[in-house]
Amino acid sequence: MYKSDRITQWVSHSFLIILTISCIIPFVILISSSFTSEESLILDGYSFIPKEWSFAAYEYLISNFEQIGRAYGVTVFITIIGTTASLTITSLLAYAISRRDLPYRNVFAFFVFFTLLFNGGLVPTYLVYTEIFHIKNTIWALIVPGLLMNGFNVLLMRTFFMTSIPEPVIESARMDGAGEFRTFFSIVLPLSLPILATIGLLQTIIYWNDWFNGLVYITEPSLFSIQNLLNRMLQDIQFLTSNSSNLGSNAGASAASIPTTAVQMAIAVIGVLPILIAYPFFQKYLVKGIAIGAVKG
Amino acid sequence: MSQASVKSLETEVQVVPKQKTTSKIKKLKRYLPLFIMILPGFIYLLINNYMPMAGLVIAFKDINYSVGIFASDWIGFKNFEYLFSTQDAYIITRNTILYNGGFIILNTVIALVVAIMLNEIKNKFFKSFYQSIILLPFLISMVIVSYLGLSFLSVDVGFFNKTLLPMLGLEEIAWYFEAKYWPYILTIINVWKGVGFLCVIFLAAIVGIDQEYYEAAQLDGASKIQQIWNITIPNIMPVIVMMTLLAIGRIFYSDFGLFYQVPMNSGAIYETTNVIDTYVYRGLMQLGDIGMSAAAGLYQSIVGFVLVILSNWLVRLRNKDNALF
Repeated sequence: MYKSDRITQWVSHSFLIILTISCIIPFVILISSSFTSEESLILDGYSFIPKEWSFAAYEYLISNFEQIGRAYGVTVFITIIGTTASLTITSLLAYAISRRDLPYRNVFAFFVFFTLLFNGGLVPTYLVYTEIFHIKNTIWALIVPGLLMNGFNVLLMRTFFMTSIPEPVIESARMDGAGEFRTFFSIVLPLSLPILATIGLLQTIIYWNDWFNGLVYITEPSLFSIQNLLNRMLQDIQFLTSNSSNLGSNAGASAASIPTTAVQMAIAVIGVLPILIAYPFFQKYLVKGIAIGAVKG
Repeated sequence: MSQASVKSLETEVQVVPKQKTTSKIKKLKRYLPLFIMILPGFIYLLINNYMPMAGLVIAFKDINYSVGIFASDWIGFKNFEYLFSTQDAYIITRNTILYNGGFIILNTVIALVVAIMLNEIKNKFFKSFYQSIILLPFLISMVIVSYLGLSFLSVDVGFFNKTLLPMLGLEEIAWYFEAKYWPYILTIINVWKGVGFLCVIFLAAIVGIDQEYYEAAQLDGASKIQQIWNITIPNIMPVIVMMTLLAIGRIFYSDFGLFYQVPMNSGAIYETTNVIDTYVYRGLMQLGDIGMSAAAGLYQSIVGFVLVILSNWLVRLRNKDNALF
């Protein structure tokens, strides 16, 4: 039995090591290529180890900091505002419909639930947001459509409130003369930190990674998030130069000398780096969050 | 639970007529703060979900921006007739179902194997290390994934064309122009990105299995494989079935980023990369063919709805507690 245990360990470890390597390898190529000189890239292509080191791509990105910095600013803004707003309206709605004494609570719960079953899809959504609310090329386009609140999170939070906040606690707060809002903010929310953290983390990732709203609703480069900038650079490598403010007479000359192949990889590195750095700190919560979501999926 | 609350609602409703309007006003006043709490979310769902649902009727209209969407002419099923008279409807339906069907099977099997292996790892550090790394691709946006794809597949400088294929003595391949490779590429990328998520869910279920089963099996001399086959898999079967049925309910919806970003929207490979979501997007944003796009969207919404209801009904048949509703 001892021997079979050792074999199991060996097999599992080797299998998982191969798997983890295959998960990391693409990132290694990406990062290595961004540090490779343009000549070497054109000759030998992207590879695991730079044949000829060079920081030219990053120097170029630093010289174009204005656009990239702005895109970062947009991403940070929509992530913070979006996540905060999302948590607020989700928890308010979820708490209200979690109250067993709320009149018509089943009607409201069904109103939320039905959105999980049926949806209008892209075309009507696009027309509602652009033709009625004129959201195109505003910062709200990156925050509101599709992302702000989803029925699944509302129901997840409602379940948490119903199972983890004892009714007597709410009842006694009311006896003590606390209003509904006071009860909610000073008693219910502090007891609900685990679920708030879980949904907050997922929303943060969703906002940070979102490129779809930008693709659909934003054409104005000054409102590009970092993902939209990356997206645009994927299609059009010259995008940074054609948009840089110092577009002078020497634009043609500078465009020719840009290490484009390396820059493309360098900008992707810049886009993914914050997540790679932050990941070790939140991975524990992410794993928990995914497991919670699945329990009542 | 919901039945109980329906009952309590009924008793409340019965009480109201006796005490007449004063109590009604009193009650409204008492619950007003809760209704105010509902309001922002309610309005959001109205705008973001219910207005577009109503907007699905545009599939039956000949959209004319100059007179406005609401004043455009009704044309009945014309848009659908056009859509289904083209080869496109068949291709996008086939691609959507084949890809997503394949993804469901592959992701489930691979995630299950990985979760079982992870569970066998005794060293806590390695266990959590492996799991974190396998989950990493889940965190990356599809735009970044397209860059990763490009670093392998770029025709001029990609790793495959410059390093791997010459090493094997093979010719360069114009990846973004050859449709036949994309079913494999997209499937591999989907597994790469999606297995971690499913694996976390399966592992959580495996960890929850009572250890006594394994101890008893060991005493009876059961091998590792026998334990996995006869204890682990049957015990997490409910979770596997639930996740699979949920995925089947969404089989008509594709990961737009995977099919649009990763192939770089290359027209030469639409044959194997076009799915309903990309078709709707291109119709709306690039071709300006709103009628066709709206028809395909409605087609997706309705079939999608039927599939969700159907798969939930199947879950219910098996186990009421696992059903969504």
